[in-house]
Amino acid sequence: MASKKELIESANKKATERIIAARPFVVDVKPAIEAVAGMKENLVCHAGPPLELDEMVPSFKMAIFGGIMWEGWAKTPEEAERLIRDGKVILEPNHHHNGIGTMYGITTPSMPVFVIEDKVHGNRATANIREGTVKALRYGCWDENVKRKLGWNRDVLGPIIGFALRECGGVDMVPLMGKALHMGDDGHNENRAANLLFSMQLIPDILKSDYSKETIKDVVDWMNTDSRFVSTAEMAVCKAITLAAHNIENCSVMTTMCRNGTYTGIRVSGLGDQWFKAPAPPVNLLFFPGYGPKDATNDCGDSCVTEVAGIGALAMAAAPAMVQFVGGKVADAVNYTKEMYEITTMKNTNWTIPYMDFEGCPIGIDIIKVVKTGMTPHINTSIGHILPNFGQVGAGMTRAPLKCFQDALEAFAKAVGV
Amino acid sequence: MVKEAELIHQPMKVINIGIDSFIESLKEQGVEVIHVDWRPPAGGDSRLIDILDKLEL
Repeated sequence: MASKKELIESANKKATERIIAARPFVVDVKPAIEAVAGMKENLVCHAGPPLELDEMVPSFKMAIFGGIMWEGWAKTPEEAERLIRDGKVILEPNHHHNGIGTMYGITTPSMPVFVIEDKVHGNRATANIREGTVKALRYGCWDENVKRKLGWNRDVLGPIIGFALRECGGVDMVPLMGKALHMGDDGHNENRAANLLFSMQLIPDILKSDYSKETIKDVVDWMNTDSRFVSTAEMAVCKAITLAAHNIENCSVMTTMCRNGTYTGIRVSGLGDQWFKAPAPPVNLLFFPGYGPKDATNDCGDSCVTEVAGIGALAMAAAPAMVQFVGGKVADAVNYTKEMYEITTMKNTNWTIPYMDFEGCPIGIDIIKVVKTGMTPHINTSIGHILPNFGQVGAGMTRAPLKCFQDALEAFAKAVGV
Repeated sequence: MVKEAELIHQPMKVINIGIDSFIESLKEQGVEVIHVDWRPPAGGDSRLIDILDKLEL
């Protein structure tokens, strides 16, 4: 009879091998109501683990209210709040719907989302589409410019990108993201290389559309202007990949990690959909001019799904230039990656790091190793203002709170009969 | 073989394990020191150590 250790190691190996075997393609852009699993006509999906309205920081509330006003369900934030308190509008985490959203991650029924399909395991994941930098709904901004950009995403950008994706049969993202790592991306906050590769693959099919030259020019301009246009698709790719490792008996690999400025939450493969939450930590930030620590929310967003899939901060040795954005020295970027081998189960042969002689990225974060070493995952991240309508205030580094992993370990021990 | 008395008069070389705050004071005194980044499993939490031990059986 196999020992506990052998059972767990076997399950973890299986989970990580499924992660590495996954082959997600970006196949379409569709309205959330058509593409997001379980989306409802009165549902607003948000980032992080579950939380109550009264637990949200002010900019998060405004992002939720903005989403409700965007759908036309309310005219004012006060009306939007009433709809939530009366139970007429429901709030749920993106992760309950196999989706992700950056920062506050607002996803409402009419918003366009990237559709990702894992051709090996059949899993589907979705991600909202960025509507610009700094001042956006995902940071809790709500003004005419945000509304204009949300409308353009829904009416122009989404349909054209969806058309091109259907025309080309989808974009195979694992090799594309592997190439991007070789070009200096980390896949979380540095996405210029993937953006370029993705755009160059799509542009010939964008040109086949019936849209005017002026409209097509606007779309291509935008894919260039927002150097992280593709980033949310990459995150949904990571979501699809990690879905392949979820719900494996005796498996101690973390398959979800996300935050919403109030909580960080994790889920573990062998523990199903149970959340383990702890207060979201502050981020060690490089601030934009004029902002300081009192302005920033704590760690926020579903974007650290990239770290769960073994890139982002776990692959920062591939993206040393990122330290100019998040702070620190080049040696720090390398050390972030090296340290993460201590808490992971495998090296990802699909995604390798040139500087480290093409060593595979550390993948499969094992809660047992995290608790034993006390080393929690590094995360690189952007951070928004705690108040509405300011937007992004900086970017930096943080680590997931240990308590999530300690609580998860206790539950895991019970689940495996210890 | 170095006699104990002679050993005391040789320059001190230190391997510091765990708590890194000792390093600076040793360096200030000109002592050659190598740091080993070590910490007890699970931060020394006996309840978690017990779980970890059982999971590794």
